[in-house]
Amino acid sequence: MKYRVNKTKHVDQTKTVSFHFDGKSYHGFDGDTLASALLSNGVHLVGRSFKYHRPRGIMSSGSEEPNAICQINEDTDLTEPNVRATEIELYEGLKASSQNCWPSVNFDIGGINNFISPFIPAGFYYKTFMWPKSFWKKIYEPLIRMSAGLGKSPTKPDPELYDHKHVHCDVLIIGGGISGIIASKIAAKNNLKTILIEDKNILGGSTIFQKNENYKINAKYSGEWIDEEIEELKKLDNLTIKTRTSLAAYHSYNYLLAKQNISDHLPLDKRNGDIRQRLWKIRAHKVIVATGAIERPLIFNNNDRPGIMLANSVKKYLDFYGVSCGFNNVIFTNNDSAYETAVSMREKGISVEIIDIRKKSNSKIVKNAEKLGIKIYWNSTIVNTFGHRKINSIEIMNLSEDGSNIVGDKNRMNCDCLAVSGGWTPMVHMHTQSGGKLDFRENDQTFIPTEIDENHINVGSCNGDFELEEIINNTNKKVKNFLKVSETEFDNTSVLNSKELDKRNIWLLPNYISEGKCKSFIDFQNDSTAKDIKLALREGFKSIEHVKRYTTTGMATDQGKLSNMHALGIIADTAGVKMGTLGTTTFRPPFTPLTFGSIVGRSVGKFFDIIRKTSIHEWHSENNAKFENVGQWKRPWYYPINNEGLHDAVQRESKAARDSAGILDASTLGKIDIQGTDASEFLNRVYTNAWSKLGIGKCRYGLMLNEDGMVYDDGVTTRLGENHYLMTTTTGGAANVLSKLEDYLQTEWPELDVYLTSVTDHYSTVSICGPNSKKILTKIFPDKDFSDEAFPHMSYQNAKIDEINCRIMRISFTGELSYEINIESKYGKSLWEKCIEVGKEFKITPYGTETMHLLRAEKGFIIVGQDTDGTMTPIDLQMDWIVSKKKYDFIGKRSLYRSDTIREDRKQLVGLLTDDPNEVLEEGAQIVSDMNKKPIEMIGHVTSSYFSPNLNKSIALAVVKSGKKMHGQKLIVPMENKSINVIVSDTVFLDKENKRINA
Amino acid sequence: MFLINCPYCGERDQSEFSCGGEAHIVRPKQPTELSDDQWAEYLFMRKNIKGIQFERWNHAHGCRKWFNMVRDTSNDKIHAVYKMGEKPPIE
Ligand SMILES: [Zn+2]
Repeated sequence: MKYRVNKTKHVDQTKTVSFHFDGKSYHGFDGDTLASALLSNGVHLVGRSFKYHRPRGIMSSGSEEPNAICQINEDTDLTEPNVRATEIELYEGLKASSQNCWPSVNFDIGGINNFISPFIPAGFYYKTFMWPKSFWKKIYEPLIRMSAGLGKSPTKPDPELYDHKHVHCDVLIIGGGISGIIASKIAAKNNLKTILIEDKNILGGSTIFQKNENYKINAKYSGEWIDEEIEELKKLDNLTIKTRTSLAAYHSYNYLLAKQNISDHLPLDKRNGDIRQRLWKIRAHKVIVATGAIERPLIFNNNDRPGIMLANSVKKYLDFYGVSCGFNNVIFTNNDSAYETAVSMREKGISVEIIDIRKKSNSKIVKNAEKLGIKIYWNSTIVNTFGHRKINSIEIMNLSEDGSNIVGDKNRMNCDCLAVSGGWTPMVHMHTQSGGKLDFRENDQTFIPTEIDENHINVGSCNGDFELEEIINNTNKKVKNFLKVSETEFDNTSVLNSKELDKRNIWLLPNYISEGKCKSFIDFQNDSTAKDIKLALREGFKSIEHVKRYTTTGMATDQGKLSNMHALGIIADTAGVKMGTLGTTTFRPPFTPLTFGSIVGRSVGKFFDIIRKTSIHEWHSENNAKFENVGQWKRPWYYPINNEGLHDAVQRESKAARDSAGILDASTLGKIDIQGTDASEFLNRVYTNAWSKLGIGKCRYGLMLNEDGMVYDDGVTTRLGENHYLMTTTTGGAANVLSKLEDYLQTEWPELDVYLTSVTDHYSTVSICGPNSKKILTKIFPDKDFSDEAFPHMSYQNAKIDEINCRIMRISFTGELSYEINIESKYGKSLWEKCIEVGKEFKITPYGTETMHLLRAEKGFIIVGQDTDGTMTPIDLQMDWIVSKKKYDFIGKRSLYRSDTIREDRKQLVGLLTDDPNEVLEEGAQIVSDMNKKPIEMIGHVTSSYFSPNLNKSIALAVVKSGKKMHGQKLIVPMENKSINVIVSDTVFLDKENKRINA
Repeated sequence: MFLINCPYCGERDQSEFSCGGEAHIVRPKQPTELSDDQWAEYLFMRKNIKGIQFERWNHAHGCRKWFNMVRDTSNDKIHAVYKMGEKPPIE
């Protein structure tokens, strides 16, 4: 660890931590990141670039890192790709490897792309991998997949726990750097419930490793001052500090998502199965964004070699982690901030020289550097860099007066680390995510937030304040204003600050090498160069959003944190427009990638969705039922005996139901209790048929339409009393029907005295059908008269079982004599068991949804949602009989005679019989009438299809254009290997006279 | 994610609500007397404004009440909420 040159309080050099990187073992210390530990071992090369497989090194120290992207915990179910080495806290036993560099980072085949790179310009993928089509599967796709190896996903389910939590606060502060700390202190000390979130494991931002005599607060080094502030901050009652918590998204109305890493920094054997990450859902009255700024690189030829890093990160590695990134450093800058890095290096006796593109700078920090004897090359630029796996030398030249060209001779210098600074970009992601706009500031070429919201401000360098004095005073002033505070402890802070006086910005540095031969990288992760952007412009792309997608600039996992500004600058310069008029690309959440685990939280496995079970469910399970999902409900699908399959079970169940008795759990049907003096009038308006004359104790089937005339739901409604009805709906439609009815009641007909209550879960419904059902009912209710006279079809009566009230409806969905018993849910299972017990002598057979569907299809009864699809009117369904001609109005009535709904060639419901009675059609199969007319016209499709054991032949329902007029006509159902001949029939296949209902 | 001030319950998260489209479209009292065009106007035609829009909302996972909202669709600012049957407080 010869690069560990400095002792700091943030890294405990007494605690050694061992780890593996690319199969080799290394040591770091407690407090290191993977990146700082690698650098302390002299490891810069950590990956290969995406397109050209060029060697790439650690470039930064934070979330903006484009190169040091790792796979961690390989070969376990905890493996995770795309993790930034700069953000991984080192722990004992960490195993990490570089991505995108098969077979190894030092030697790889993809590197050949580097030599053929003239052939991989912008849009290469769009232009080359186009045709012939046959090349796709065998050549292009494997090629792209092999080169585009951005990590491996785990192959097993994630064993970790994730959590979501909601929290409310008066003030949320995003970012625990100097401005966030000032803001938090003001908020918490003024009696506001405050939350401060910081993505690193400690507060203080880049101020904590600041120890330069030119930057002092109240006569202390700013690093010392902030340490004291943090200590005081931790004592404040109103403040919750969440470190290792990064903001993922900032939505409207100050709703924010933040991801907290809880155990990611612990060795795997110390994680104890606790929660790994928690997603905080924060609703804040006020939000203060203090996310700071990201240092910009400079764009020059071969600016991507390992050892070329951002200057402030180099300083952080030295002053925070104690690691020198090189022993022979060159700093390349266009601004003063990089001089702090140089001064800090020289103070520790490390060799450093400075190349500055500016012509001069007279600030205090520059004078400080000069006084220390640091050599500065003014008005100069780097034209080339050398060194394969790590930089070893550079070539520099002088800039012309206007900076557009180079002059004079090349000068070669040796170096093992090149620290680059192109100025600073405010992190405006959060501001723009929340809907905020940006202004362009010419003097330092930055986009800064325009304040728009009284509940959201930006402070510090994310707001474009880069000087220490501005940061402290402006933050204090803005926060006071924002929180309506009259005075704070920061009002009279004295700040000593070396101010930057001279600026020069050149987006693409000039070179003597022709543009086409320069590799001046803009987006390091996606390997796009200045040349690519210029090519895109030449090819006619104008919008920044288009250039971005065509060149893929800014589209990697770092979302262009380092590249967007340069791309914009080069576009503006090349197109000769002002940068402010170009606008920026959209900053979308998440700010940094989120794990899927943190997104789903606990909603996995059985918590993925609600499961609804009827009170009889246990019996079904115990009796071998196979279940079907109907919405969130689990419904018995069929009850196989021994090794029966679906077909055999359904044939047996269907036959039993018609020959003797069948029993069905119908509890899932929606039930709505309707009461009020206008209940009858209300039903008149929502159903197509008339309800006023329905007697108390009677039941009626109703069809409900949408206002467009299309069938929406159906079901039987029972009149329980003068002003009291019980409506049933389809299982899947229950919630929507209730909402729709409430909508009409509240908004269109508020004058009606009607009250709706969902009682679906309150009652269990046991349906018994078949010729022996009356006998079974008589045994259960010995005191009741079940004669047709006393208890006719479509009527209801109250009854009691062991003093428990229940309602018996004589209604039928199978065409058989049939009764439904409604009882309070808690008694559902015992009622069912009683029916089974009593029914034994009649071989009562439980049947599931599949048999129910078959039985009703034999009778031609529709299922809304299966035989209808939102485009079928009652007329299309041949159900004209249920549409009242007398009623003045009901929902959907007017639409039934729109020009479109009265068309005679609409798809209409018909029956289909196959020529071969054993051939069962496939539901969804297409129907044609003429196979010779090309193109073949599809005139309809099969909606329901079964083999009927009671008719001993195949039956089907279908919707067919002009089907009503086609009775007896031959049609064709073409399948993959054959065409099936069918004949159009009536929709009722069994018991056309409806005799069985009174059997 | 809006914070919606239900006129019956107060401020609640948007996830408790559902939007029911454009507000103040009254169902014709005598639909049978309308031409196809007039009926289609009621049935199908809805505005999609960039700017101030009047919308119906339902506190579906709360009090289940419908109410109206004035929202600026360009910045999602909610200017007013008011009960069904009440006049919009903003023109
Ligand atoms: Zn409410």
